[in-house]
Amino acid sequence: MAALLEVEHLRIEFPTRRGTLVAVDDISLQIAEGEVLGVVGESGAGKSLTGTAIIGLLEPPGRIAAGEIRLMGRRIDNLPYEEMRKIRGKQIGAVFQDPLTSLNPLYSVGRQLVETIQTHTDMSPTQARTRALELLHEVGIPAAERRIDHYPHQFSGGMRQRVVIALALCVNPKLVIADEPTTALDVSIQAQIIALLKRLCRDHGTAIMLITHDMGVIAETADRVAVMYAGRIAEIGPVRSVIKEAKHPYSHGLMGSIPKINDEKERLDQIEGSMPRLTEIPPGCAFNPRCPHVFDRCRVERPELLDTGVTQASCWLYAHG
Amino acid sequence: MAKPLVKVAGLSRYFDVSAPWLNRVLDGQPRLMLRAVDGIDFEINKGETLALVGESGCGKSTVARLVVGLYRPSTGSIVFDGVDMAGLGGRAEMAPIRRRLQMIFQDPYASLNPRWRVSAIVSEPIRAFNLIKDEAAIVARVGQLLRQVGLSPVDGEKYPHEFSGGQRQRISIARALSSQPEFLVCDEPTSALDVSVQAQILNLMKDLQRQLGLTYLFISHNLAVVRHIADRVGVMYLGRLAEIGPKSTVFSLPRHPYTRMLLDTIPDLDMTGRQRTPVAGEVPNPINPPSGCAFHPRCPFANDRCRSERPEPKLNDTGSITACHAVEEGRLPAGPLTAAA
Ligand SMILES: Nc1ncnc2c1ncn2[C@@H]1O[C@H](COP(=O)(O)OP(=O)(O)OP(=O)(O)O)[C@@H](O)[C@H]1O
Ligand SMILES: Nc1ncnc2c1ncn2[C@@H]1O[C@H](COP(=O)(O)OP(=O)(O)OP(=O)(O)O)[C@@H](O)[C@H]1O
Ligand code: SF4
Ligand code: SF4
Ligand SMILES: [Mg+2]
Ligand SMILES: [Mg+2]
Repeated sequence: MAALLEVEHLRIEFPTRRGTLVAVDDISLQIAEGEVLGVVGESGAGKSLTGTAIIGLLEPPGRIAAGEIRLMGRRIDNLPYEEMRKIRGKQIGAVFQDPLTSLNPLYSVGRQLVETIQTHTDMSPTQARTRALELLHEVGIPAAERRIDHYPHQFSGGMRQRVVIALALCVNPKLVIADEPTTALDVSIQAQIIALLKRLCRDHGTAIMLITHDMGVIAETADRVAVMYAGRIAEIGPVRSVIKEAKHPYSHGLMGSIPKINDEKERLDQIEGSMPRLTEIPPGCAFNPRCPHVFDRCRVERPELLDTGVTQASCWLYAHG
Repeated sequence: MAKPLVKVAGLSRYFDVSAPWLNRVLDGQPRLMLRAVDGIDFEINKGETLALVGESGCGKSTVARLVVGLYRPSTGSIVFDGVDMAGLGGRAEMAPIRRRLQMIFQDPYASLNPRWRVSAIVSEPIRAFNLIKDEAAIVARVGQLLRQVGLSPVDGEKYPHEFSGGQRQRISIARALSSQPEFLVCDEPTSALDVSVQAQILNLMKDLQRQLGLTYLFISHNLAVVRHIADRVGVMYLGRLAEIGPKSTVFSLPRHPYTRMLLDTIPDLDMTGRQRTPVAGEVPNPINPPSGCAFHPRCPFANDRCRSERPEPKLNDTGSITACHAVEEGRLPAGPLTAAA
């Protein structure tokens, strides 16, 4: 079966006075119907940009410089704005990292939900309001009947995020790009939202690209995980293998820095150094200045995704022969 | 014992969420007050970290904003190093105190001015409080601060939109550190960061605390992070403190039924197949909170007293403070809740 979403050799650039920045460099991935692909990795690695490119909301001067994005076999990265807007409403839903950009501070949340529902369906205003209430209940807003007429600033950070989730789900999309959907939420609401997302996958075959820093959420929700570093995929594979036995030295270090609830250590393990800025990506493997296993080849030749057995990692340690 | 640096007593903050006046009159609607924070007490000693945890909407950010003086309390007092903040009138009187306390906001997007360069953002407190006069020295200090949070001095030339979410959070941390505060209020400072940067920032915060004797009020919903960073932990429920005590006590001998449930919802990284137990029941509504103990509709130990009488905070023999009738009456079994419920 063909994948629901296919991203091939995606490259995103920012032309600047200081030269062209390559923020996403040759990323390929697929998501099947009903599948949850987790995307994790260093802050600034290009996770949000990849998500934004898929929903066609990359802001200039950022541009897709190479590659293709296909939804159900149809190419969507080169569609005119109006056509993409329709796809965005009906087939792809988005939950952004920043809840404030998705909410209009001047309108009550109810009005925003009702308008979105009415734009993409032929529901009457009353039906749309009922649906909006239902969604607010589903994402766990207490006293939704009263809260529906409140404005975004009257909600707590986590509640705003839940409103954005409701907004993304209001027309049962095929694919949801969820960028840090639970970051602002406490563990118990998180559990609720995750249950909601899983139910969507099961009942409607919705596929989800779940971008998050929260490895607990990934462990519980994702089927596969992609680990990103400096605009590329460092490792991709089944969730269990990537979390438990990451093969790429970066993913390995990343999993090691997770604070554990039963740990009494004074300092957390950290990967020394920081990700290179986009203008200073070293030749060869981008992780080489921080890598404990670096060897000569890593400094000159860039590794492609290689088979490690269960996962694929872009690391020369897994070159055969 | 050391005198606390921060002492909060009977602190409340209510928000008026009534419909506009005209609608109220026409539709005969009552005035609606939302009790975001409803009578809490705590102290933080110098050099110590108090963490606040609790479900979304329980009032954590409101406490943070009260403590740094962004909201005025509806009732209660906040005493910082012996000075009652409510007694301070104008900006001029606030200024010497404001320099000594800084806040890192939950939302790194909303808290950075998009039209300012990063260097201007980071140096703003330095200029506002006139801490360094020499321009070259300010530039040097900004560069040092950016390096301290894992950015580079050349990043000062850029604007916030050129950074990713986690990088922006580091900018706000650099900004908060720039006035060399003694007390930092951190509202979810690392939840926008990936775990490796989070580890670096948490280690950095601990190092700074040790070197500079900083005091933190740290808000997070990530209990593993709290366990790592905090000395004491306060668990909030619907605007009140359900339990507060030394970290080790709250995590290993939780008394309050809500604390115990919260500990049960921690995500399972080992994927041993354990199903996460979401706290049962709906988060109640602070506009119209349940009578008596606000937790009673979700509590397996609720009885008639719980439904009518609000439990007051009481000191336990373990050194933690709990607001729960069952704990006080000694009718709560020790050990895991799931087995008891
Ligand atoms: N408008 C822009 N101009 C220049 N560079 C940009 C712009 N927007 C993003 N970038 C750069 O692109 C890179 C990727 O950003 P992106 O937001 O995708 O990161 P991310 O992986 O989502 O990080 P985080 O986990 O911190 O949210 C970053 O290094 C960022 O600095
Ligand atoms: N300016 C305001 N006007 C009206 N209500 C408000 C305002 N600010 C906060 N509230 C309400 O006060 C309650 C507590 O909000 P607060 O932001 O303190 O929660 P929180 O514990 O920080 O939650 P989260 O974990 O989601 O950030 C919420 O019910 C919220 O809707
Ligand atoms: S390719 Fe080399 S430098 Fe890169 S991760 Fe593998 S071993 Fe380390
Ligand atoms: S006071 Fe009663 S309802 Fe509240 S937590 Fe204790 S036992 Fe439960
Ligand atoms: Mg991002
Ligand atoms: Mg908050």
